[in-house]
Amino acid sequence: MALAISSSTTSLPRRSVTEPAWVRLLLIVSALGVLALFLLLPLVTVFGEAFSKGLDAYFGALGDDDAVAAIGLTLTVAAIAVPLNVIFGVVGAWCLAKFDFRGKSLLITLIDIPFSVSPVISGLVYVLLFGLQGWFGPWLKLHDIKLIFAVPGIVLATVFVTFPFVARELIPLMEAQGTEEEEAAVVLGAGGWRIFWHVTLPNIKWGVFYGVLLCNARAMGEFGAVSVVSGHIRGLTNTMPLHVEILYNEYNYMAAFAVASLLAMLALVTLAVKSLLEWRFSREIAAGTRHQKT
Amino acid sequence: MLATKSSVIPGFGPTLGYTLFYLGLIVLIPLAALFFRAAGMGWEQFVQAAFAPRVLAAYRLSFGGAFIAAAINVVAGLLVAWVLVRYEFPGRKLFDAMVDLPFALPTAVAGIALTAIYAPNGVIGQLLRPLGIKVAFTPIGVVIAMVFIGMPFVVRTVQPVLQDLELEHEEVAASLGANRLQVFCLVILPNLLPALVTGFALAFARALGEYGSVIFIAGNMPGISEIAPLLIVTKLEQYDYAGATAIAVVMLVAAFLMLLVINTLQKWRQSRFTAN
Repeated sequence: MALAISSSTTSLPRRSVTEPAWVRLLLIVSALGVLALFLLLPLVTVFGEAFSKGLDAYFGALGDDDAVAAIGLTLTVAAIAVPLNVIFGVVGAWCLAKFDFRGKSLLITLIDIPFSVSPVISGLVYVLLFGLQGWFGPWLKLHDIKLIFAVPGIVLATVFVTFPFVARELIPLMEAQGTEEEEAAVVLGAGGWRIFWHVTLPNIKWGVFYGVLLCNARAMGEFGAVSVVSGHIRGLTNTMPLHVEILYNEYNYMAAFAVASLLAMLALVTLAVKSLLEWRFSREIAAGTRHQKT
Repeated sequence: MLATKSSVIPGFGPTLGYTLFYLGLIVLIPLAALFFRAAGMGWEQFVQAAFAPRVLAAYRLSFGGAFIAAAINVVAGLLVAWVLVRYEFPGRKLFDAMVDLPFALPTAVAGIALTAIYAPNGVIGQLLRPLGIKVAFTPIGVVIAMVFIGMPFVVRTVQPVLQDLELEHEEVAASLGANRLQVFCLVILPNLLPALVTGFALAFARALGEYGSVIFIAGNMPGISEIAPLLIVTKLEQYDYAGATAIAVVMLVAAFLMLLVINTLQKWRQSRFTAN
C-alpha cells in the first residue's frame, strides 16, 4: 500500500517539496564550505606541512630512530588491544543478542561507558590503580613490575578507550538476525562451537571486520588516555600520536606533521574501507550502523 | 541475572560470565577506584581541590565551550545533513564519507593541523589578524576544535531521520497553501527536533571530555584557555593525585549525567517513532 502511494507520487512534479534553484545552490555551497573549512582544510594542512621541505626531509623525519620506535610501539599496542576487544565483542554480543535476561539493557549501557568518559580520565584510573601512589603501586614495586609509564599501561588504556567498538557493532546486528538459524543448528545436533563457526560467524563476518576497522583506527590514534600513562620516554613508551606531540612542542613542525601524515593516511584508509563496506554490504552491517546513527 | 526465556542455544553462562569479568576488570573496577580514591579524601579537601578558582575557570571553559560548539554544530550539522540527503550534486558520496573524518583522524593530528591553520601566520589566522581576531591560543580556538570534533555527531543523528521523512507530509502541507519556509519550520523541523537535541547532547558530551584536538590550539593559559581535562593532566604531572582525582570525579559525574540524558532522549525518540 505504502509502496503504491510513493510510486504514484514520483510521477507528480516535485516542485512542492523542494526549494527554488538559487536556494538549493546557496545551501549546497554553504554546506560544502563548512565541510571544506572544518574537515578538508585540516587534512590538506597535515600533508602540506609534512611535505613542505621536500620528500627527502619527509622520509628523513620518518626514518628517525625515535619515529620508527613510535611506529613500532603503536603497531604493537594495536596488535594486542584490538584482538582482546574483538574476543570480548563477539562473546558479549553472543550473550546479549542471543539471550533475554534481566538487566540486559543496563549491561549494554555499561559497555558503552568508555565512549562517554574523557580520554584523560581513562588514563587516570589506571594511574590511580597501578601508579607508584596507586592501590597496587607498592606491591608492583616490590615485585619489580612496571605497568604505568611502561608499555602494559599503554595497552590497558588503549583497551579501555576502544572497549565498546566491536561489541556495539555486533549486538544490534546479531539481534536483528535473530536466533532461528542457531536454533535450527541445535535441532540438527550441532554443538556450541560448531554453531558459532559455521552458522553465526559467516553471518556476522563483515560486521566483525567493520568493528575491527573502527577499533583499530582509535587504538592507533588514541592520544589523551595514552598520554597520561605513558611517561613520554622517547624511543620506549612513545606511540605515534605522542611522538607527534613531542616533535611539535620542540618546534620541529615538519617532522611532527610527517608522523601525523601517516596517522592521517590511516584515517583516510579507514574511511575509504568503511564507506566501501557500507555500500557493498549495507544489508549485512546496516543494523549496526543504524543503531549507532539513531 | 538469569535467562528469563529458556533458550536452546548453548553458551549463555560462559559468555555472560566472560562479559561481566572483562567489563569489571577493564572498566568498572578502575572507575570504582577513582570514586573510592575521592571518597577517601574527605569532603573539605575534595571541595577545595574540585572547586578552586583555577579549576572553576577550567569548568567554565569546558562546559561553556562545549555548549557553544554543540550549538554551532546543530546549525552546521543540520545544513550538511540536509544538503547530503535532499540534493544531488557531483561528489556527494565523497563529502558524505568525509563527514566521519573527525571520528577517524587521531585527535593529536587534528589538534596540530587546526593550530597551524588558525595560528597568526596560518592560512586563516593570517586573514583574521588584520581584523583583530585571534583564534589560536584563545577560548575561540577551543570552540573551533570542539566544533571539529562534534560535527559528525549531529550530521549522523539527523541524516537517517531526514532520509526516512515522508515527502507526502510536505506535499500535503504545500497543497494546503503553505510556502516552503512554512513547510520547513512547521512540518520538517518538528520531526527533526528529537534528532537535533540528541545530536546536540552527543556533540556536547564529546566536546566536554575532549583533550587531544583542543590542547594544541588552546594555548593553555591558566584561568583563560585551560580546559578541565588538561588541568587533570597538569595536576598528575605535579604528582597532585588528589587534585586530579577531584576534578576527574566532577567531570565523570557530568559525563554520566549526559549519558543518562542521551539514553532518555533515545527512548523518547523511539517512543515517538513507534507512536507514528
